[in-house]
Amino acid sequence: MKVIIVGCGRVGNNLAEKLNNDGNEVTVIDMQASKVREITGRFDVMGIIGNGATPNTLREAGIKNTDLFIAVTNSDELNLLCCMIAKKEGECQTIARVKNPEYSTESAYLKEELGLAMVINPEYEAAQEIARVLRFPAAIKIEPFAGGRVELIKFKLAADSPIVGLSIKEVMMKYHADVLFATIERGEEAYIANGDFVFADKDVVSIVASPKNAHDFFSTIRCKGHSIKDALVVGGGVITHYLCEILEKSSLALKIIEKDREVCDELAGLFPKFNIIHGKPTDKELLTEEGLARTGAFVALAQQDEENVLLSLFAQDVASGKLITKINRTDYDSVISRLDLDTTICPVNITSDQILRYARSTQSTSGSNIETLYNIIPGQVEATEFIIKENSPIIGKPLWELKFKENVLVGAIYRNKQVIVPRGNDVIEAGDAVVIISKKLGITDVAEILR
Amino acid sequence: MNFSIIKRTLGWILLFEAVFFLVPMITAAIYWEEEFFAFMITMLVCGVFGGFCLIGKPKNTNIYAKEGCVIVALSWIVMSLFGALPLFFSGVDAYSNYVDALFEIVSGFTTTGATIVPTGAQVAALPKCILMWRSFSHWVGGMGVLVFIMAFLPLSGARNLYIMKAESPGPEVSKLVPRVRKTALILYVIYTGMTVVEFVMLLCGGMSIFEAINASFATAGTGGFSVKADGFLGYSSYLQIVVTVFMLLFSMNFTSYYLIGKGKFKDAFNAEIRAFLWIVLAAITLVTLNLHFTQSQVLSGGAALKHSAFSVASVISTTGFATVDFAEWPAFAQTVLVVIMFIGACAGSTGGGIKVSRVVIMGKGAYHEVGRMLHPKLVKKITMDKQVVSHEVVRSVTAFFMAYVLIFVVSLLLISLDGMDTTTNFTAVAATINNIGPGLGRVSPAGSFADFSGWSKIVFIFDMLVGRLEVFPMLVLFAPKTWKKGA
Repeated sequence: MKVIIVGCGRVGNNLAEKLNNDGNEVTVIDMQASKVREITGRFDVMGIIGNGATPNTLREAGIKNTDLFIAVTNSDELNLLCCMIAKKEGECQTIARVKNPEYSTESAYLKEELGLAMVINPEYEAAQEIARVLRFPAAIKIEPFAGGRVELIKFKLAADSPIVGLSIKEVMMKYHADVLFATIERGEEAYIANGDFVFADKDVVSIVASPKNAHDFFSTIRCKGHSIKDALVVGGGVITHYLCEILEKSSLALKIIEKDREVCDELAGLFPKFNIIHGKPTDKELLTEEGLARTGAFVALAQQDEENVLLSLFAQDVASGKLITKINRTDYDSVISRLDLDTTICPVNITSDQILRYARSTQSTSGSNIETLYNIIPGQVEATEFIIKENSPIIGKPLWELKFKENVLVGAIYRNKQVIVPRGNDVIEAGDAVVIISKKLGITDVAEILR
Repeated sequence: MNFSIIKRTLGWILLFEAVFFLVPMITAAIYWEEEFFAFMITMLVCGVFGGFCLIGKPKNTNIYAKEGCVIVALSWIVMSLFGALPLFFSGVDAYSNYVDALFEIVSGFTTTGATIVPTGAQVAALPKCILMWRSFSHWVGGMGVLVFIMAFLPLSGARNLYIMKAESPGPEVSKLVPRVRKTALILYVIYTGMTVVEFVMLLCGGMSIFEAINASFATAGTGGFSVKADGFLGYSSYLQIVVTVFMLLFSMNFTSYYLIGKGKFKDAFNAEIRAFLWIVLAAITLVTLNLHFTQSQVLSGGAALKHSAFSVASVISTTGFATVDFAEWPAFAQTVLVVIMFIGACAGSTGGGIKVSRVVIMGKGAYHEVGRMLHPKLVKKITMDKQVVSHEVVRSVTAFFMAYVLIFVVSLLLISLDGMDTTTNFTAVAATINNIGPGLGRVSPAGSFADFSGWSKIVFIFDMLVGRLEVFPMLVLFAPKTWKKGA
């Protein structure tokens, strides 16, 4: 597939890398020569220096034969303009990144009237994820699966957890939990769950389950799952704005600390329900006065990653609540994961995951058809949702008879609006949606999981 | 200060007032009353003065905020000075003193409805044309005479909004349509339409044409002059209920009616209207329960509900009609009425008082201040209908309230020299500054303002104008700074 990406910022870089790894032909466009050179030096992609909103530049990039056009510059208006011109110049699918709340409420209109295949809003997605975690604080990360009926929930084992030291088989026998263990991360190593795996302290476990079953499971293993009543948010940026919007109707009380008086005024006008505090987020006195120690959750959404990490480390020291930290840069993932920061949110990753999902789903394949893709452990384990067609090799047999490759797992079967958490005796039928969890990245056909 | 445009506007006011005198004159002609001549003489005087003011074209037609305030304040004073003349000339005993006549007509134009005529029987005995002039002055004053003139005359260029701002009640004036003139016209169309509907409904209830016209004018302006000795007590329940409903309707923001006409029901029921309706509901419930349990022999159940609804509507809309003398009610019910006297009607209506939107803004402000005590760096914005109330509006609301309280207190001190009891003094000032009419004690619906000295009556006249024009135009008029050269 031929892909053009306009804008070589963080999202552009991330996308170029992932799409390139998937085997697509990627061309990047940016006005800054240095950025283009940097990206072409790192990955095997073509670079063009120019304005992505001019037909000339687009023709030079080969818009005529392009399948997918992605505009992820910093400016919403430029992204929309790029997509409109690309649509005129070539027969491609267009994706625009739009982050301004004023436009994003009109995303249905934009899609329809401008012929966009997808409008993506990293900040909104990040806010959604934060809201999910706030509702279910036992988890580090929650992603909706198969239309939201099941969730992929990541949580960290504490030393005093009753399942530490037990194998997955033993846990299933002991607790009769209707959940599927998907992956386990230990240090920098990732494992696909199998029955003999033994849990240890500090493992990060992913499970697939319906929200209700997950709730039951967490209460049986006595994981800290108390509901959060208030949250202290640092930074009043776009994500905070969306978070307020999402949580406006809930009973959760937000307290937002922001250093810019005008931003404070705007938020205070839009969300009279929440308390907006004007002050420096790094002011230790202020944080203490505003009850950091007693807060149910601390959400660090300041501009700078350094500030967020620092604040979260401080909060970890003095507060007992849930911690959520926004990290923009992806390069230092390994360091940050060692800091044990509870939940981290990375808008860039969310964005590129979404686009990747879309890119893959447009590649038609023989026996199946990709719906969505989830990055369970970035760069290591992915979950992919397939629609199973009539001629697929995996239908009609119980799962235990199928010869799967190493490190592959059927995570969920979605049939007739019902979600089945698969066991050995379940049979996949044509028309099912199946979630495959795998350490092999970039699966595009369900047949690839068989030996 | 642009004197030429002020003079010209006053000229127009006088000419219009001369035309207004036709209404009582026609009444006098129908009933063959000799007061016809009192009105005719005044009409001629008005016409001559008005015509004199209109001689010569002003070079400069610009109106700024300062001119807007001065024009409005002066217009109301001049209009009242001339409007009192026919009462003075009529030879009626109660108006034999010019200050008394002035009090009566200011009470009319400002839609207060407080009367100088000592007893109800004497009111009923007034000539029909004078009764009609009193009621008609309510109707003219309710929506504002300058707004009326604006609707029909191209007063001056684009800056008419300054006049509208100064004359219309409420903390903020919003235009309905881009042109001020058309906005004024729409307001008057709604106003007239509703008055006609009420008139027809009262006729259907068996009221005589003369009484129905008077009652409609007095309700529309939320005035309160009545033409009968016992106010509304003698009318059927149907008529009392119709008047109750219309008093409430005229005390809601007229913009809402325009929005309803446009089909925007959600926008029409804005935060202020909702707050107003809640306050009305709460006040009626409290008064009804209080009456039901303490006055069960006289008023109970349905009767208590009907009379308390009428009184609450009458007081909160600042009309001042009465079906019963609420001065005889228990203290709790009276206190509820005094409280809603101050709250008053909605902004953009014909009612007076502090206005519900100001009360809501101040209430929210106080609530936020408590939050600021708990979190010293808290940022809170006062919002109404999800719109931020701008800092300027909040400031003007607080300033309004301070000035209002100050004038209230000074007036109270001045009139207490007359030696009346405190209840009478307090409610008399409250009833005039809030444009209601009757208060408690000796100024109750059964009493009148006749017993006060001439000095106190002048204070009341000032208070009524201050209340109707919402403090600042009157203060601007009397501020020495306004009249300094080059200012």
